[in-house]
Amino acid sequence: MANDMRQVAALADPTRRAVFELIAERPRSVAEITRALPVTQSAVSQHLKVLREAQLVRAQPKGASNIYHIDPAGLGQMRAWLDRLWGAALDEFKREIETEGKEDNG
Amino acid sequence: MDRTISPAPVRRSVTVKASQQKAFEVFTSGFGRWWPASHSIGSSPLKTAVIEPRVGGRWYETGENGRECQWGEVLAWEPPSRVLLAWRIGADWKYDPQLLTEVEVRFVPLGEAGTRVELEHRLLENYGERAAATSERLDSEGGWQSLLAIYAKEAAAAA
Repeated sequence: MANDMRQVAALADPTRRAVFELIAERPRSVAEITRALPVTQSAVSQHLKVLREAQLVRAQPKGASNIYHIDPAGLGQMRAWLDRLWGAALDEFKREIETEGKEDNG
Repeated sequence: MDRTISPAPVRRSVTVKASQQKAFEVFTSGFGRWWPASHSIGSSPLKTAVIEPRVGGRWYETGENGRECQWGEVLAWEPPSRVLLAWRIGADWKYDPQLLTEVEVRFVPLGEAGTRVELEHRLLENYGERAAATSERLDSEGGWQSLLAIYAKEAAAAA
C-alpha cells in the first residue's frame, strides 16, 4: 500500500513522468533520456533515482553506462492497477444489478 | 539487491440492492453484461465475457472478431454464497496457464439492505515469480509498456 503511494507520488512530477514514459517506450540510457528532454543530465539522474526507489524502473549496466528498463518485478504497479480495475468493475456490476431490479416486474 | 515482494491482496467490496441469489447470478451468469468492455484481454474489442457455471468451467472472453481468449477457470462453485476463480492473465496482459492468481468473491446477505459482495484478488506474488521466467516477454512490445502507459495516465489523474 505504502509502495503504491510512493509510485503515484513518483509519477506526480511531470518531468519524472516524462522520463518514465520514455523508458516505458523502450529501454534507454541516461544520455538518451537527457537528449529527449529539456533538462540537464544530473536532473535526469535525480529523477531516475526516485523512479528506481519506487521500483518503477531498474538499471542494467551496459558498457560504461546504465540502461534503464521498466521494472517487471515492481509488483506495486500491477497491484494498483488491479485494485482500480476491480473498483471500476464492481461499480459497473452494481449499476447493472440495480438497473435490472427496477425493470423487473415479477 | 534480490528481494521478494509480497503484495497484499486486492480487496474490494460493494453493497447492492439485490438478494444474495440475484447478486450471485448477475455476477456469474451475467458477467458479460457488466464487465467493462474497455478491459479486454484479447487483441480485438471485447464482445462478451463468460464464467461457465461449474467447477472447472472456463472463464473467457470473446472478441468482436469471434476469437476466444482465456482468462482462467472456476476453482470453487458454491452458489449463492461464493465463487473462486483462477485469474491467469499475466503482467503482459496475456493468458498464461502457468500463472495462478485467485479471485474469490463472497456474497453476504444483509437482509433488507441487500447483499455485500466482497472480492479478493490474491497470490499476486506469483506475478513476481513468473516475471523472472518471462522477463524477456515482459520487455517486449505491447507488454508492460502498454500496461504501464495506462497506469501512468491513471496515476497522473490521481495525483
